[in-house]
Amino acid sequence: MCAIVNIQGLAKTYASGHVALNHVNLSIAKGEIFALLGPNGAGKTTLISIICGIVTPSEGSVTIDGADIVRDYRTARTRIGLVPQELHTDSFETVLTTVRFSRGLFGRAPNAGYIERILRDLSLWDKRDTKIQELSGGMKRRVMIAKALSHEPEVLFLDEPTAGVDVELRRDMWALVRRLRDTGVTIILTTHYIEEAEEMADRVGIISKGELILVEDKAALMTKLGRKTLTLTLADPLDAVPSSLSSWPLALHDQGHALRYEFDATGDHNDVPALLRALDSAGIAFKDLNTQQSSLEDIFVGLVHKDRKAAT
Amino acid sequence: MMHFNVHGVWSIYRFELDRFRRTLLTSLLTPVITTSLYFVVFGAAIGSRMTEIGGVPYAAFIVPGLIMLSMFTESIFNASFGIYMPKWSGTIYELLSAPISPFETVLAYVGAAATKSTLLGLVILATSTLFVKIDIAHPIAMLAFMILIAATFSLFGFIIGIWAKSFEQLQIIPLIVVTPMTFLGGAFYSIDMLPAAWRTVTLFNPVVYLISGFRWTFFGKGDVAIEISLIAVGAFLIVCLAVIAWMFRTGYRLKN
Repeated sequence: MCAIVNIQGLAKTYASGHVALNHVNLSIAKGEIFALLGPNGAGKTTLISIICGIVTPSEGSVTIDGADIVRDYRTARTRIGLVPQELHTDSFETVLTTVRFSRGLFGRAPNAGYIERILRDLSLWDKRDTKIQELSGGMKRRVMIAKALSHEPEVLFLDEPTAGVDVELRRDMWALVRRLRDTGVTIILTTHYIEEAEEMADRVGIISKGELILVEDKAALMTKLGRKTLTLTLADPLDAVPSSLSSWPLALHDQGHALRYEFDATGDHNDVPALLRALDSAGIAFKDLNTQQSSLEDIFVGLVHKDRKAAT
Repeated sequence: MMHFNVHGVWSIYRFELDRFRRTLLTSLLTPVITTSLYFVVFGAAIGSRMTEIGGVPYAAFIVPGLIMLSMFTESIFNASFGIYMPKWSGTIYELLSAPISPFETVLAYVGAAATKSTLLGLVILATSTLFVKIDIAHPIAMLAFMILIAATFSLFGFIIGIWAKSFEQLQIIPLIVVTPMTFLGGAFYSIDMLPAAWRTVTLFNPVVYLISGFRWTFFGKGDVAIEISLIAVGAFLIVCLAVIAWMFRTGYRLKN
């Protein structure tokens, strides 16, 4: 893996004594979309803030394409774009002015053509002379992205990019993120919407209480930790699972109208055909059946819950 | 590799001056009106009873003090507001994550604030000439002193802007400390006019040295020697720079 972001032993303890990050190690490959998931207060924003220079780390190091964020901060920061979670904008400025300002701030010479392209990509061109205070929340979010992209960064951090954004805009954002990835930009996003990570990420990291408890290729994670559920809608309700089926991990639901069988998503260790034969032998008929794969959200909740239980 | 973020400095500088440009009318009209009022009150009312101080007509004598009074408060206000606003609105994240050094940041914000207050000082000077004839003894030194004072008080304002946690705190130092010290620092009188005991007390007011030095550039004489005034300004400048360096090094009220 050709890492563009390399985090080694990163730790942050605030003056209050709160340990926000506990020796995090992580490498992110050039051009990938990495989703960082975690409950509130897990350390996601602290991690991003340290990398971007907003928070001073207590220990550890971070390099962006080989440039250390402390020793060679100019090079490192030139390569980074950040879209923070909150909508922090200069309300009295116009869209075009604020985006131009960001480009200059990051040391880039003016480039009207590039700025126009970004604004057009984000459907902001028609609003270029509008003051930011007159824009909707969704449009402000686009302005934040335009500002972050204005200096042509190689790595883009999106901290909860679609929080409070309507479904249509969220889809637009996802499409934009994919287009950016196609141009070679590495994207690291934190999100509460697991669906977002499931939709976009190549790899997923789960952070809890300042520790990175898992980093996995999304597809592999879904396969490794995912579960499937087979639900059979019974022709006649049952009071209890017959003893002849006691060797199967079956559970009755819907007041005996549905029978559920949970099995490994890999498919290597399930025996659905055998179960169906056993049901037939037991004289249990069903009207309908469906299978459902556990989502990334189920996996996330399971892992975080497990981590919390282990800590107590 | 970038050694000096010239585009970054220019962006901040222009951004700050644009705010000044947007409020140009009020920014310039206010000091013109205030200066005129000062001339009406101090120049006409008091000046009719006190014609000269140290051989200088009273109306002309108060001009350096008037300019300093406005420049102190404007420099502090402009610089403190400049850095406080991004803190207040949250856009400070962009400044902190940009490839711009503390020196460049200070240069841009303080440079913009000092530019504004120097322009203001010149406007007040121009307005004063409508009321009184002024012969400036050392015009280049006057301009240099004006810029030095603007830069020094803008640095002080920058410190206040970082320190302040609210708009109230932003205004408390200029209103409660700087303006009274300026009024008591010989802006409208010579400290030689005070009783001996008060004169001694007044000498503990650092503003005395700044106004005196500026007055020297106009009339070739001040309450204290020009060298002492320059040392006082230099010392204040160094203290402000040291505090700002410490603020950036520790991230005081900027980071974490």
